[in-house]
Amino acid sequence: MSNNLKVLINGLIKENPIFVLLLGMCPTLATTSSALNGMSMGLATMFVLVCSNIVISLIKNLIPDKVRIPAFIVVIATFVTLVQMMMNAYVPALADSLGIFIPLIVVNCIVLGRAEAFASKNGVLSSFFDGLGIGLGFTVALTLLGAIRELLGTGKIFSMTIFPENFGALLFVLAPGAFIALGYMIAIFNKLQKKTN
Amino acid sequence: MEIIGIIIVAILVNNVVFSQFLGICPFLGVSKKLDTAIGMSAAVTFVLTLATLVSFLIQKGILEPFGLEYLQTITFILVIASLVQMVEIIIKKISPPLYQALGVFLPLITTNCVILGVAILVIQKDYNLLESIIYAISTAIGYAMALIIFSSIREQLTLTKIPKAMQGVPIALITAGILAMAFMGFSGIDQVFK
Repeated sequence: MSNNLKVLINGLIKENPIFVLLLGMCPTLATTSSALNGMSMGLATMFVLVCSNIVISLIKNLIPDKVRIPAFIVVIATFVTLVQMMMNAYVPALADSLGIFIPLIVVNCIVLGRAEAFASKNGVLSSFFDGLGIGLGFTVALTLLGAIRELLGTGKIFSMTIFPENFGALLFVLAPGAFIALGYMIAIFNKLQKKTN
Repeated sequence: MEIIGIIIVAILVNNVVFSQFLGICPFLGVSKKLDTAIGMSAAVTFVLTLATLVSFLIQKGILEPFGLEYLQTITFILVIASLVQMVEIIIKKISPPLYQALGVFLPLITTNCVILGVAILVIQKDYNLLESIIYAISTAIGYAMALIIFSSIREQLTLTKIPKAMQGVPIALITAGILAMAFMGFSGIDQVFK
């Protein structure tokens, strides 16, 4: 159990997909115009990551080594299609605002990367925790970035007003703000990590 | 006129990197040197045009007549993955110098979201075949432009003194943010062509 906990924490902090591994940048920048959007994108990716990790670690001995990457992609694409259909059915407004980035979870390097680096070599339970840890790390990073951009841009977090909208810099909700905010966040994360080491 | 509108919008107004956020990983990964940036752009242009053409024909010829639209994601990614593999094999046989130039970038392209993104976008925007191809080529030109501008700036950045925590990706992202701001200046230019 303590080992599983270590795998979980590892994904959350030490191998945080955004701040440390720098993977999956496209959805990170594109869907974090508000905290809610960022969090939903994170949760959708986490669902795909956990499910594909479980399935891949279950069938890893059945897949011939040469065709493993296409096989992984098929498994991942199946779960992405599931997420896409569920979101269209239950939260159509959210599905609209995330748009093309839901089907693009298929090409998110985090998901395929974990399948190849972890799930294809480890048991079901630890693969589950790995998916959960990395997925949580991704979700936390996206929610944080979304909250910062929403706060600086419109003065709100999760649509709760913190300061009047007139004082917000609209730039942070638009495209350039995504790059700049993420740049500074990674720099701060680097600085903090150096201190703890 | 409409075609010119598509071209201008895809290259400048909705630039694939700076306003649509597609293909950021390779954008940050290969933009440290100008020549790798040019190689990557050429490979993307080639594969993007081909993949859009093939996936468009599959959507209209197979998925829609049989009511299988929900299989779009899974079909497109498999088509793109096998297409990239095929292109790699063909180029290796036909033109070794071209393979030398593009070879290393081709496997990376499968997970480049520009390719799948554009293939899905042209279906969503309801373009016809000609418009789709033109949109794909202009997107690729926009991508190439972004990569080449950005890599030239990054080559200069290595000569400047940057705080330790900001070195590498953080400063690159902030530079990209400023470039994105510059590209925002083009918004509205497409109204002229309507």
